[in-house]
Amino acid sequence: MLTSLRSRSLLLLVLVATLLPLLPVPNFWVTQANYVGLYGIVCIGLVLLTGVGGLTSFGQAAFVGLGAYATGFLTTQTGLSPWLGLLAGLMITGLCAYLIGQVTLRMSGHYLPLATMAWGLSLYFLFGNMEWLGKYDGISGIPPITLFGIQLDNARAMYYLIWFFVLCAVLISLNLLNSRPGRAIRSLKGGAAMAEAMGVNTAHYKITVFVLAALLASLSGWLYAHFQRTVNPTPFGITMGIQYLMMAVIGGAGYVWGALLGALIMTLLQDKLQVWLPGLLGANGNIEIVVYGLILILILQYAQEGLWPVLHSLYGKLWPVHQSAVPPSLDLSDKAGNALSDTIAPLATRCKLAPGELILEVAAARKQFGGLVAVNDVSFQIKAADIVGLIGPNGAGKSTMFNLISGVLSLTRGKIAFNGETIGRLSARQIVTRGIGRTFQHVQLLPTMSVLENVAIGAHLRSAQGHLHQVMTAMFRLDHQQERALLQEAKRQLRRVGLGDYLHVQAGSLALGQQRILEIARALCSDPLLLLLDEPAAGLRLKEKQALAELLRQLRDEGMSILLVEHDMDFVMELTDHLVVMEFGSKIAEGTPTQIQSDPVVLEAYLGGVD
Amino acid sequence: MDFSIFTILLQDGITNGAIYALVALALVLVFAVNRIIFLPQGEFVAFGALTLVSLQAGTIPGTVWLLAVMAILTTLLDLSAALRLGRKRLIARLLLIKLVSPLLLVALVCWAAPRQWPLLVQALLSIVTVTAMGPMIYRLAYQRLANAKVLVLLIVSVGVHFVMTGLGLLFFGPEGARVAPYVESSLTLGTLELSGQDMVVLAVSLLLMLVLAWFFNHTLYGKALQATAKNRVGARLMGISTTMAGKLSLCFAAFIGALSGILIVPTTAIYYDSGFLIGLKGFVGAILGGLMSYPLAAIGAVLVGLLEAFSSFWASEYKEVIVFTAIIPILLWRSIASGGTPHGGDE
Repeated sequence: MLTSLRSRSLLLLVLVATLLPLLPVPNFWVTQANYVGLYGIVCIGLVLLTGVGGLTSFGQAAFVGLGAYATGFLTTQTGLSPWLGLLAGLMITGLCAYLIGQVTLRMSGHYLPLATMAWGLSLYFLFGNMEWLGKYDGISGIPPITLFGIQLDNARAMYYLIWFFVLCAVLISLNLLNSRPGRAIRSLKGGAAMAEAMGVNTAHYKITVFVLAALLASLSGWLYAHFQRTVNPTPFGITMGIQYLMMAVIGGAGYVWGALLGALIMTLLQDKLQVWLPGLLGANGNIEIVVYGLILILILQYAQEGLWPVLHSLYGKLWPVHQSAVPPSLDLSDKAGNALSDTIAPLATRCKLAPGELILEVAAARKQFGGLVAVNDVSFQIKAADIVGLIGPNGAGKSTMFNLISGVLSLTRGKIAFNGETIGRLSARQIVTRGIGRTFQHVQLLPTMSVLENVAIGAHLRSAQGHLHQVMTAMFRLDHQQERALLQEAKRQLRRVGLGDYLHVQAGSLALGQQRILEIARALCSDPLLLLLDEPAAGLRLKEKQALAELLRQLRDEGMSILLVEHDMDFVMELTDHLVVMEFGSKIAEGTPTQIQSDPVVLEAYLGGVD
Repeated sequence: MDFSIFTILLQDGITNGAIYALVALALVLVFAVNRIIFLPQGEFVAFGALTLVSLQAGTIPGTVWLLAVMAILTTLLDLSAALRLGRKRLIARLLLIKLVSPLLLVALVCWAAPRQWPLLVQALLSIVTVTAMGPMIYRLAYQRLANAKVLVLLIVSVGVHFVMTGLGLLFFGPEGARVAPYVESSLTLGTLELSGQDMVVLAVSLLLMLVLAWFFNHTLYGKALQATAKNRVGARLMGISTTMAGKLSLCFAAFIGALSGILIVPTTAIYYDSGFLIGLKGFVGAILGGLMSYPLAAIGAVLVGLLEAFSSFWASEYKEVIVFTAIIPILLWRSIASGGTPHGGDE
């Protein structure tokens, strides 16, 4: 459906935005609308950073200040064009954000907001004490922006420029979120470990989204400086930094449209409160922040997602549209799917090894946690197109062994070689690039994303271009080809595992068994030579287990090698070609299922000895 | 810089550092027990100081009205909860503790305000007034969100900070104020002159730290707080109420804040919004200990005090810039110390 909610909202926005200044509304309204736009641009950055990426920043106002001061200084002191001021502001902000991000984004959750708070405060005092930036008086006499020979020197003229950039920011953000880099960014919040195991360089994406949010803030600062024609440190202080975050939270930090809603609400509220609060409480000064604070606390207690989802569901109730099964964010994949189902060239695949060739060699692998030897000089091999089971009683060291191969833990001693290459010291992300796909014992997926998008994260590595190129093309939606190919691949793998009917369902709404299958599809998307499955049958019903076994056999017949850690003996004995049994960290037996079933050592380990 | 200036700066730095250290301890406590990054800690400092200033001037401090309103709201919330759960027998006790006693305190302060009681009594009244707010703030702002993510709690803290700063302006006006030094005399040791006021601040801070250490290691409630900090679920399974722990920790935080405010107000003019910067400097110190270790937080805070004192001598205009950018190398050091492993954006 082309008339998805998203296109309708966009259309509405464009319409209202174009008409407002043409109507005989008072100038004050236009000025207020300008502020909504200026705040909105900053908040869209915050949505990407905080609501989607899970990185909280109180320092956005400082980035706004960098943009404003850069252009203010250049245009008044050197007489350069404001457009060069914009360029300078973006460059300075980008560089600052990159450096700050390098230092702070390595830290866990709560350090970043504190660091941004400190950074916001420092920059405020820096602006206020620099002789050449006019100290606390700031810079005045900033020239207006000239566009095609027209001077944008009043609110109505600036209005179009500001809202043009708002629209650009909305479009770019929506495009970005709906792409390969976007899926990686969305996985930062709550799925970073999984994303790393799928080959996503989460550190790169954190920096990227931090810089992007800073650049949007800087853009808003540039517009602000040429709209106000003067800058001083106050609007770039920490209070404003906090208020930007408040706007995003009130509107709905997880939604691009929420950013604009929040900016609108706060602007209207600010205006009203400044009029009637002093009358009510009989004091002057900044007391409207009391009300802001109360609203913030109440919103978080009763509507943590902000007001946009509330509004959205209200809209849905008032004008029930026939909901297609496709959520608004997925129209691209849907169009691509319908129009071009099988005409897209499939992604390049690795060449498979001939059956029987050595694919994984574990030689005297050892892992110690302090004095505890979790894996004690274990050796075994996996041949191509074999299903190997790793079994053993609880606490035998199976999961540790699994984590050593998948790169979550690093070896204390010994060697693990994959396809002839030593991988014992590589990280999870490097290992998936070599051709090892994995699933998780406790299902790790992004519950609010669709099944298709979740699986597409697995195909993250299957595109050739560099990181920046990816992000840029995604923002301007020049990545059609690749995006279609990735989603097509995800769809193909989902059909392969039997989830073809659930492409556009939220992943969190699947049953546990289906979620496990989804993880296999996601792992398959990375085009692995070896598949590591951590208890794939746990929580599955009999029929589901049979279907899973059938799927794994089929994969083996297509040349896939599989290592699975499993508790379910029936499942393992029927399925595997070869078994490795561990107990107390050591390998106690190895062989075909029949051999293992009659091995006295194994029987003793499982059933206890006969004394 | 000669030796005498050096010693003055040193004294200044250590005295302010002691205050930051108290604030840092409260921040570590509240974070460890509740996972709340408690930005409004500084507001307790300002409230404590300015309540004393009001009492000294013989006027009723606005903080008591806030206390009264919060007492009523807390009681209403707890009453409705008690009725919903059908625990009617608790109501009399609830009213006595949550409503009557705070209102009696309010009445006492109102009655005492114009009577110009001795300084020590006024200080005590200020501290009690502010301390009583701590558990109420927990009840009103945080209790519903006890299981929320750290970031959500942090944003709630921002809300509480806004409310308290705004009310501070309403109660105390925009002007800064201070009180006469508690101790006028000073001690001269050779060329070294030690101000008596600074000695008082140091002595009280040290004493408080010792008392806190004793409390946490040797009393049942102290151990309950420690247990909650170590393992919330485990503590609950052992019958420790996390709500109680939350309220108790905020009670301590408010107490420490108010006391710090009263200690600092003779040497520095306190404004309604001074608390925020004091609190953040405490944070810079506490981060040195990863918001986890009490001794490291205290040491970090004293270092912040020293850094501030010496940078105010060399580059007074940039002293805030210097203090707050100091957080960057500290963070870098911590990130290297923690192995630089990338963590998820939330927890």
